[in-house]
Amino acid sequence: MNEYNEETLANLLRTLPAPPEAWVKAAQEIPLARRGLDDIVERARADQAFREALIADLEQALEGAGFESDPALADAVRERLSL
Amino acid sequence: MQVLETDAQLVARCRAGDDDAWRELVERFSRYVYAIAVQAFGLSQADAEDVFQEVFARAYENLPKLRDDSAIRPWLAQLTRRLCLDTLRAGARVQVGDLPEPSGVDETISSLDEALALHEALAGLPENCREILDRFFARDESYRRIAEALDIPAGTIASRISRCLVKLRSELEGRNTPLAESGG
Repeated sequence: MNEYNEETLANLLRTLPAPPEAWVKAAQEIPLARRGLDDIVERARADQAFREALIADLEQALEGAGFESDPALADAVRERLSL
Repeated sequence: MQVLETDAQLVARCRAGDDDAWRELVERFSRYVYAIAVQAFGLSQADAEDVFQEVFARAYENLPKLRDDSAIRPWLAQLTRRLCLDTLRAGARVQVGDLPEPSGVDETISSLDEALALHEALAGLPENCREILDRFFARDESYRRIAEALDIPAGTIASRISRCLVKLRSELEGRNTPLAESGG
């Protein structure tokens, strides 16, 4: 393993810069998006009554809109809408 | 220190519908996919972002079809290559198949494989070492910025980096596996 001197290690570490955090976060949210996250956020922005229902009782509003109870989805909605 | 879950274990958890596992998978391979798009294919940031999101969207959809869970890295590399090439061809407005891959793609990806394995070896280091090496080398942060973020004297950064590199080398020696062969 002597080939891995400090300079080689440093060069290899430089080889993998981090992508923008927003890209990573968007990719990490793919499962949530597939479960309706984007639709919920879009509707909350367009429909004041739905937004107010989400603020009043997020879980109940989601179930009322036809989404299955899903804590991860609820957390993501809260974060995206800053609730 | 943390024990890194193997790629196969991680993929198995993703397949079972574990959202945390998916987040970890994206985190583990995000740099790799990004580097292939930008370094091997020279895509612009805008094109790289499109490819990046498409790679993970397709990976999510097709994960159940992956025959060998431990082959996730080469599978993602191949998917990224194909989408990068499609992007270059679309930009060049030539028929699919007419535009060859840029030269040196294989060599660059081979180097990225090695770098990814090294990055995974970082998991065996103490948190302070992982943080300082990543900030300095991969995020290109200055001594001053690192010192502020980690609340340590700027004058000690260079020596800390050096010590952490020594630890990283020891970690690699402990693995007894050439970088290019590790992972999964």
